[in-house]
Amino acid sequence: MHLATYLGLLHTSLTTLADAFREVGRGHGEEPDVRHTCQVLADLADQQAEALAPVVRRYGEHREDEPERLHAAGLESTRGGPVGLLRDLQDLYTLASLTDITWTVVGQAAQGLRDRELLDVVNSREQDTARQLTWLRTRIKQAAPQALIAAG
Amino acid sequence: MADRIADIWGTRTPHAKDTPWPVRVDLHLDAGLAESDVDRWVQSACVLCSNGCGCDIAVKNGRMVGVRGRAGDVVNHGRLGPKGLYGSWQWAGRDRLTRPLVREGGRLVETDWDTAMDRVVRRSRELLAETGPLSHGFYTSGQLFLEEYYTLGVIGKAGLGTPHMDGNTRLCTATAAAAMKESFGSDGQPGSYTDIDSCDALFLFGHNMAETQTVLWARVLDRLAGPDRPVVVAVDPRRTKVAEAASESGGVHLAPLPGTNQALMNGLVREVIANGWVDRDYVEAHTLGFDELAATVEPYTPEHVAGVCRVDPADLRRAARIFGTGERVLSTVLQGFYQSHQATAAACQVNNLHLLRGLIGRRGCGILQMNGQPTAQNTRECGADGDLPGFRNWDNPEHVRELARLWNVDPLTIPHWAPPTHAMQIWRYAEQGSIRFLWISATNPAVSLPQLPRVREILAKKDLFVVVQDGFRTETAEYADVVLPAALWGEKQGTFTNVNRTVHLSDKAVEPPGEARADLDIFLDYTRRMDFRDRDGAPLIKWSDPEGAFEAWRECSRGRLCDYTGLSYAKLRAGSGIPWPCNEEHPDGCDRLYTDGVFPTHPEVCEDYGHDLLTGGTTSAEQYKARRPDGRAFLKTAHYAPPPEQPDDEYPLLCTTGRTVYHFHTRTKTGRSRQLRRAAPEPWVELSAADAAALGVAEGDLVRVESPRGRVEAPARVGRGRDGVVFLPFHYGYWDTEGDQHARAANELTPTEWDPVSKQPLFKISAVRVTRLAGATGPAPAPTTAASAPQDSVGVVPTRGDDDVREDVAPTDPPAPPPVPDRTPNVLPHAAPKG
Ligand code: SF4
Repeated sequence: MHLATYLGLLHTSLTTLADAFREVGRGHGEEPDVRHTCQVLADLADQQAEALAPVVRRYGEHREDEPERLHAAGLESTRGGPVGLLRDLQDLYTLASLTDITWTVVGQAAQGLRDRELLDVVNSREQDTARQLTWLRTRIKQAAPQALIAAG
Repeated sequence: MADRIADIWGTRTPHAKDTPWPVRVDLHLDAGLAESDVDRWVQSACVLCSNGCGCDIAVKNGRMVGVRGRAGDVVNHGRLGPKGLYGSWQWAGRDRLTRPLVREGGRLVETDWDTAMDRVVRRSRELLAETGPLSHGFYTSGQLFLEEYYTLGVIGKAGLGTPHMDGNTRLCTATAAAAMKESFGSDGQPGSYTDIDSCDALFLFGHNMAETQTVLWARVLDRLAGPDRPVVVAVDPRRTKVAEAASESGGVHLAPLPGTNQALMNGLVREVIANGWVDRDYVEAHTLGFDELAATVEPYTPEHVAGVCRVDPADLRRAARIFGTGERVLSTVLQGFYQSHQATAAACQVNNLHLLRGLIGRRGCGILQMNGQPTAQNTRECGADGDLPGFRNWDNPEHVRELARLWNVDPLTIPHWAPPTHAMQIWRYAEQGSIRFLWISATNPAVSLPQLPRVREILAKKDLFVVVQDGFRTETAEYADVVLPAALWGEKQGTFTNVNRTVHLSDKAVEPPGEARADLDIFLDYTRRMDFRDRDGAPLIKWSDPEGAFEAWRECSRGRLCDYTGLSYAKLRAGSGIPWPCNEEHPDGCDRLYTDGVFPTHPEVCEDYGHDLLTGGTTSAEQYKARRPDGRAFLKTAHYAPPPEQPDDEYPLLCTTGRTVYHFHTRTKTGRSRQLRRAAPEPWVELSAADAAALGVAEGDLVRVESPRGRVEAPARVGRGRDGVVFLPFHYGYWDTEGDQHARAANELTPTEWDPVSKQPLFKISAVRVTRLAGATGPAPAPTTAASAPQDSVGVVPTRGDDDVREDVAPTDPPAPPPVPDRTPNVLPHAAPKG
């Protein structure tokens, strides 16, 4: 069943995203709001992954071979300066978007299977990804004009 | 005669619940003068805190020589506090800037206005040509007049088109505005001071009212001294006079560890819900988000909260019971919440407590989300803090078009592509070099911003052109490229609005010294020289004096919650303070808002679509409309998250900063008043008795307080605060010290961190360590009259002044309270029943 594969994808994308938030928070420590909020959002992603773990284990037994290029790469390092910050936030946005749509995919399958445990996890945790996207969009919108027009 | 240094709140005039607060007229004149010597009395209101006490300035031979409370003013009923009495005019003529200064060969030298303004305009034009308006930043104040803010707001938004404008109100009052926007859809104080006269219980959240607004506290004391007195609950880590009153009135003093307010508030809300004290009908009819709120606070049991905040769970239960069962509860909130971690979330929980019980918009039931500075309300209304004027929503295209029509400019000029840039971000852009022109008016960031070593580095940057406009040569002025000498209170005309929306006219009493000019005139001069034009080529700014600016603002406020259309200079002069909204339908203003439980949350009227309180992510217009708030208030909260800085082995104590009763801001005025200076001459470091003992520190010993950012050295006061917490007064800087040591200002220690929603800095939480440097030469120079009183008074001389204030008790009947409207003006009613 490919749902098992997709649960694996969701789980790794959550942990990849958590690590990426931590990386960006560390790399842009000079921006206190970025440092602190990235930490808070990394913790949220960890909690999401934790909540999903029992379901991943349950389906794990029925796993098929993974399709090619399933997982998105994480962030190895961060860039410097105002434009670098903007670009790093956009990378986070891409990762979080993948996670977001994967929640949707998994949620659809959970409906089809009437898997209550999985539906509960999706319903209670999905919005934390939306929250990450909301913050990223807000911060990107704020940073963009200054970085692209006025920064040296 | 009374000594109002020793007797801060003055003679008691007790009264019973629901009876008016008696009048007491306070008067202080220069030594040797009698009332009959005064040539003229000039109408004004005090600008040394957010209370806005109505007063008249005594003038003799063209000099300010005294001050007297206005008996008929709804704010103070004639009273004044020590700062108003001793600090309002005594600085006049001392150390003032009288000529413009420009930097020549690294030094500031005197020059004329043309030369100074020419430099400002030249640099401004150069940068506009090179980079555009994003190179410009404005950092203003909570101490100018409405007319000045509005003019500055129009310059920034319609003249230059920069989003980089904010005030030091970001440091004092941003959370009040943010919390009201999140809960009620718009800024605008729901409650009124008159609620003090009628409440059964009074909750002060992080608000040392006894020292921050002394006349308001006198109003509370007069209830506490009367029959059927209210029960007081204080939330404060220090043993303030408010905390003492809480114990004496049968209430509770909760002293949570700094940085844990949100856990405490979640606990209080949970108790109110768990005990069934919720007004279900009110919640159903007038709010959104109850289920989410209840689910979020569920884990915050009294025991859990007690562990996080280190308070007694029984105290928490008792406080919740007082709130949950009181018939009329009034709450006030200030810096203990606003300058702390999760500021907006915690302040919203206060709103939630009232919404859950339906204790809002009724007599004695109110919320006062306080301000710090006297004119902070106007910074917020007029757009000088970056928000759009008239509580308009930057994310609502119709609101932007309204302004564009009013100013006759292209809507695209008005920056509205993202939230306005908050102060801390403005400074960050200056640090990074993308803001290269920074105009600072009426504030002293070199002492008042967090992490001063960093602020000094930014101000000193070669590529940053700094304009400082002030009445004194402040610590900040020393870094300026151009210094513009400004007229101060009593030397210029204008209006301003206090915490409970009361608008006062402050007339000009005397001429400014030397070549100093009113801030309004300086902004208008810049406008003329920059030649800002509207769409038709006419001058953008069409007024040339304060009254003209006021009339323009009146039009801007039309139809909005902060409606000034019913006010004029003539009307304010004929009476005294009048609270907005004030329009044709409500010519005498409005005392209290939201009587009918309808709030300005309709998408067409709201000032903001709101935020996620945990991260500050903004709600989009579509998301907001989908919730169909349509007049219902939001019950919003967030989980508790630990603060960014926590004590560890290296820095084991938590440091909070705050005011003392005798000073204001960075003491530019109060430090030049003999009486106030003597009462609190030098900084001190307050330690709890147990912490002092553990450190081997005795009263008056010289100690060093260090954080990862800097250090402060001052004598220790062994005080009465909670263990683990160090307190520092934030007023002291360097203008009256010798040498170039930077070890006096509390902000040497504070971190560059802020609340995600209000962006207010976290002054109240720095991890520090304390070391003893030397033995005492006497007790610490801390006042003994209020929260900084010593734990053991032996050997400490009580703080006192002279018998030089006349108090006239009940010379007239109290003024009638302003009317209360059945429906709040300019707020759309609930569209349709929910569901
Ligand atoms: S309470 Fe505030 S406004 Fe009133 S006199 Fe004192 S400092 Fe001035």
